[in-house]
Amino acid sequence: MSLTALAFYLFASITVLSGFMVISSRNPVHSVLFLILAFFNAAALFLLLGAEFLAMILLIVYVGAVAVLFLFVVMMLDINYVELREGFLQYLPVGTLVGLILLVELLMVVGAWQLTPAIDATPALTADPDLTNTAALGSVLYTRYLYVFQASGLVLLVAMIGAIVLTLRSRSGVKRQDISAQNRRNSKDTIEIKKVNVGEGI
Amino acid sequence: MEIGLGHFLTVAAILFTLGIFGIFLNKKNVIIILMSIELMLLAVNINLVAFSSYLNDLTGQVFAMFVLTVAAAEAAIGLAILVVYFRNRGTIAVEQINQMQG
Repeated sequence: MSLTALAFYLFASITVLSGFMVISSRNPVHSVLFLILAFFNAAALFLLLGAEFLAMILLIVYVGAVAVLFLFVVMMLDINYVELREGFLQYLPVGTLVGLILLVELLMVVGAWQLTPAIDATPALTADPDLTNTAALGSVLYTRYLYVFQASGLVLLVAMIGAIVLTLRSRSGVKRQDISAQNRRNSKDTIEIKKVNVGEGI
Repeated sequence: MEIGLGHFLTVAAILFTLGIFGIFLNKKNVIIILMSIELMLLAVNINLVAFSSYLNDLTGQVFAMFVLTVAAAEAAIGLAILVVYFRNRGTIAVEQINQMQG
């Protein structure tokens, strides 16, 4: 068995195992951590396929942003997970049935498919062998797919604004610094000088 | 034994099935459901990159990047909705979520 095959089986088995742990572990924090493990190993699979840029992006975007976001939410919300796990086994039979049918169908597709010979004759976008993977991706992303690239930027912008709008709340009773109000104060409004006679008091 | 396209497709198929299975298994817990969706999108990305690599065609990788973008946006919005829902109701059980309708 070659080294590549060994690496593939290692990474693939860890990916699948941690994917299984994501959906089956009792503690959601463990689920998120196994999700991170799955992403790491999927990035290694991407490296085996020669897609270095996507592997690094997967680590940065998924592990660095999305998984940490999940971790934040899981730890921030005080959720009774025991209650949520009620009925865990209730859907197990139908879930197993649907999953097995889907898996068998997908594996039958994988086992039986064939590439049409015409596909070699008509490559949509052949990579320049002189360029590195990152340079090749950049050379098509900013030219041929420019509009789609901008649209994906818009999607991210809309998502960002949406997330802010959804979670922003103005709480009452919070004391904040108001600089203009501080500057508007002057001594005449706030200080009152009273004449106190001896022996009388105010 | 040479590692071919079929090997990667098999891994992606198993991962996709695990995602579907996770949605059925954790029907009440939205966080795990969101994670299952991430797993399914990861499986799709593995498929795209595998085809891209074996057909020597960059389109798959470009498309995988867009899938990644949409997945990140979806996770952010989903978790934001989750936080708001938890603030209003004190639980994230999705069974009563239809009470949100106006």
